[in-house]
Amino acid sequence: MEKSDASPTEAVFEGIMNAGIDFIVSVPCANLKELIPMVDDDPSIVHMAVTREEEGVGICAGAYMGGKKTAMLMQNSGLGNSINALSSLDLLYGIPLVMIISHRGIEDEPICAQVPMGEMTGPLLETLGITYYVSSSKDDATDAVSSAWDKAVEEKRPVAVLLPISYWRVS
Amino acid sequence: MKRIDAIREIVNEVQDSNALLIANIGIPCKELYSVCDMPNNFYMLGSMGLSSSIGLGLALSQAERKVVSIDGDGSVLMNMGTLATIASQAPSNYLLVIVDNGAYGSTGNQPTATSMATDLAQVAKAAGNKDVFEVNDPEALRKILEKRNSGIIVVKAELGNENVPVIKICPDEIKERFMAEASRQ
Repeated sequence: MEKSDASPTEAVFEGIMNAGIDFIVSVPCANLKELIPMVDDDPSIVHMAVTREEEGVGICAGAYMGGKKTAMLMQNSGLGNSINALSSLDLLYGIPLVMIISHRGIEDEPICAQVPMGEMTGPLLETLGITYYVSSSKDDATDAVSSAWDKAVEEKRPVAVLLPISYWRVS
Repeated sequence: MKRIDAIREIVNEVQDSNALLIANIGIPCKELYSVCDMPNNFYMLGSMGLSSSIGLGLALSQAERKVVSIDGDGSVLMNMGTLATIASQAPSNYLLVIVDNGAYGSTGNQPTATSMATDLAQVAKAAGNKDVFEVNDPEALRKILEKRNSGIIVVKAELGNENVPVIKICPDEIKERFMAEASRQ
């Protein structure tokens, strides 16, 4: 389906709905400022703000074991905050999770402090053995998020969808 | 009382109420395994700090089931934000038991901040948790465990680990049997 009428946020949300994700934790990013309230308002989704991404990995692991399909909305800087939990909890036990990541610190980044983690995000995910998709269009994002939960269950590990700065500017 | 005494009380309550139990990394997991190995136990073998978070996520997704997490002072200090998130969500079926012996008991009893200035029960209250209890003997712990389905209990414990064996179940099996138990109503 052509997503020309949808906003970048709506395209991601459509993927969340298609995937049947019903439990979401979030740590904000300016690029997620529309998606977070959209998720929070949906009665089919349990959503909560968490204080740190590592905590979110733990909460989602518990929710998964309780029967939920889980996702975390986060900025890529939070990947650094969650690596031990991703490794010694999710990878160790084979626990799936969809990480929907606003990817800062790459092209067109105005804040220099975002750049080091921005450049390391892909290599860190590769080192962790976490499959990730980079979305450059709304169709890409909907498709990647829609299939991410099943992929994570199949791989018994987290899957990430990276949404770069340019993604949020597509019309 | 020592940590093992608290674990014995928790096991009794978990068995009586068929609760789900998350156990903290290191010696607490092994002590629980030695007291009573059952499918209701999730042994968190890594991810220090996240026992309370796993329990919170589980409680929110299994609203009809009592969930208990065993945590420690060092672990809560590592993930102190958990006390704010638990207060924000306040599930009616989640009991967090923090065994506070003032030290990193699994790594050689290096002192934690609770052996100096930090009062975790006060921190939990200031984070917004309404029902926070502090106990220092097994009888008091037993009474609260029986009476309460939710809240935070800080158990002031003496130092000391039992000489207990290593857990012989692999992580995947721990998870699979725990999830099978969690899905049983």
